[in-house]
Amino acid sequence: MNEISALAVGRSVSQVERRARRQLSRRLGKAILYLLLLLGASVMVIPFAWMISTSLKTGQFVLTMPPQLIPNPATLDSYRRLFELYPIGRMLFNSLFVASLTTLGQLITCSMAAYAFARLKFPGHNLVFLLYLATLMVPFQVTITPLFILMRIFGWINTYQGLILPGVFSAFGTFMLRQAFLTIPVEYEESAYMDGASPLTIFLRIILPLSTPALATLTVFAFMGSWNAFLWPLFIVREQTLMTLPVGLATLQGRWLTEWNLVMAGTVITVLPMLLLYLLAQKYLVQGFVMSGLKG
Amino acid sequence: MVNYNKNLQKNLWAGFFLFPSLAGLLIFMIVPMIASLALTFYEWDPLIPTRFHFLGLQNYQTLVKDANFWAALRHTLYFIAGYIPLVMASGLGVALLMNQKLAGRTFFRGAFFMPVISAWVAVALMWSWIFNPKFGIVNYLLSLVGITGPAWLFDPNWAMPAIILTSVWKDTGFIMVLFLTGLQSIPQEYYEAASIDGARAWPKLLHITLPLLSPTAFFALIISLINSFQVFDQVWVMTQGGPAGATTVLVEQIVNNSFRYGRMGYAATLSWVLFLIVFLVTVVQARLQKNWVTYE
Repeated sequence: MNEISALAVGRSVSQVERRARRQLSRRLGKAILYLLLLLGASVMVIPFAWMISTSLKTGQFVLTMPPQLIPNPATLDSYRRLFELYPIGRMLFNSLFVASLTTLGQLITCSMAAYAFARLKFPGHNLVFLLYLATLMVPFQVTITPLFILMRIFGWINTYQGLILPGVFSAFGTFMLRQAFLTIPVEYEESAYMDGASPLTIFLRIILPLSTPALATLTVFAFMGSWNAFLWPLFIVREQTLMTLPVGLATLQGRWLTEWNLVMAGTVITVLPMLLLYLLAQKYLVQGFVMSGLKG
Repeated sequence: MVNYNKNLQKNLWAGFFLFPSLAGLLIFMIVPMIASLALTFYEWDPLIPTRFHFLGLQNYQTLVKDANFWAALRHTLYFIAGYIPLVMASGLGVALLMNQKLAGRTFFRGAFFMPVISAWVAVALMWSWIFNPKFGIVNYLLSLVGITGPAWLFDPNWAMPAIILTSVWKDTGFIMVLFLTGLQSIPQEYYEAASIDGARAWPKLLHITLPLLSPTAFFALIISLINSFQVFDQVWVMTQGGPAGATTVLVEQIVNNSFRYGRMGYAATLSWVLFLIVFLVTVVQARLQKNWVTYE
C-alpha cells in the first residue's frame, strides 16, 4: 500500500518536474527568440540612428575617435547650411513633383488598360497581353540606351517630360490591377449594363471604387519607386535645378567628401518621407513588395 | 446587325481604354527594345553624326575580347556568390522568427523594412560613412575587440565584401516579407496532424515548413538573382567601380559606354548579353527547381 502510494507520488513528481522543465524551455525559447529579433532589429535601426546623429553634429565633432554617439551640442546647422549652399529645396520639390505625376500617370494608364484586359475581350487581346509580359522580362538597362537617344531626338534631355513620361507606363501595374479587377463579380456590372451604362461609367462608378486596396497599393508602390529611382534620372538630367534627391545626393558626396554631417543631412531628407509613407500605409507598401516578388 | 454594332462598340471601347498604356509602352519600351537589338550591329556616337556605321557582328567580337567586360562579369558573379546565400539565409531566418506568436510584430517588421523602402543612394551613403576606415563605426567596433579593420571601400580586397554586406542589409526585409507570405499560406492542419503524432519543433521545421516553403524560396531566389545581375546603384555611389577597378560590374559598363564614352552600339550589345545571361540563368533555375521545390 505504502509502496504503491510512494510510486504514485514519485510518478506525479516526475510529471510535475517534466511539465516545469517543458515550461522553462518554452520560456527560454521565447527569450532567445526576442533576443535574436532585438539583435536583428538593432542591426537594421542603428545605421539610421547613426545617420541622424551625424547630421545633428557640428563639423568638429564628426571626425572624432572614439565616435561621439549622441551629438553634443545637437544642432540643425548642417541642414541650414545644406539648404544655403546647395539647391536641396529645389531637389525636394523635383522629387515630390516627379513622383506625384508619375504615380498619377500610372494610376490612369494602368487602371484603364487593366480594365480592357479584365473585361473587354477584344480581338488579339492574348497577343497584346503577351507583349506586356515580354516587357516585364527585359531589364531596364536594355532599353535605356535607345530611350536616351529617343529623348535626344524629342529634345527632352534635361526636361521634366523626359524625367516623368517614360515612367508613367507600367506593365507590372497593369498586371496587378488586372488581377484585382478579375476578383470583382461580374454581376455587379451586369445590371448597370442592362440599364444602358457605358463601359466608362461602369469603370468609374463600379470597378474603381471596388478596387481601392489595389489602387492604394499601386499608388504607394509607384510613388516609392519614382522617389527612389536613380539610373534614369542620372541619365536624363544634367542641371542641378532638375535633379531629384537621389541624383543630387550622389553629387553631394563628391563635392564635400569629408563633410559627412551635410551628406547625412541630405540622406535624412531623402529617407524620411519614405519612412513616413511606410507609417501611413505600411499594409499597402508591403503588399506592393509581395506582388513585385511574385511577378518574377 | 445589332450584334455586329455591339461588338464594334465594345472593341472601340477596348481601344479607348488600352490606348494610353499601349501607346506609352510601345514608344518608351517596345520600340527602344527593338532599337536596342538593332543597335548592337552598329557603331554610333550621337555627338559625332558622321560616326554611324553598320558593323555586323563586330560589337560581339569586341565584347568577347574586352577585358573590362570579363572583369565586370567576374565581379558581378562574385557579388552574386556572396549576396544570394547571405540574403536568402537572413531573410528566411528572420521570417521564421517573425512567424511565431509575438508581441511587437509591427515594430520588428517596420525595423526590417526600413532599409527596403529607403533609396539605394541614401543607403549607400550611410554605409560609406559607416565603413569609413578612420572614423566609421564598423572599424571603431572592431577596434574595441582589438582588430584593426581594413580600409573597406578603399581596399581592393574588401570593397566588394562591404558592398555585399550593405546589399544584404538592405534586402533582408524584402526576402523576409516574401517568406512570411509563404509561411502564412501553409495550411495549419499539417502542423496539427504532426503535433498529434508527437512531432517536436525541429522535425516540424525540417519536414513540413521547409519543403512547403520551397516554392516561395524558388520565387525569392529567381527575383534576387535577376536583381543582383543588375547591381548598380550601390556600386556607383560607394566605389564607382574602384578601387583599382575591383568592383566594376556589368551595368556600370553599360552606363559608362553609353553615357560617358558615347559608344551606343557597344552599350546596347553589353545590355543584350546581360539580358541573355539573366534569361539563361532563369531558365536553368526553372529546370533545376524540380529537384528541390515541393508543391503541395
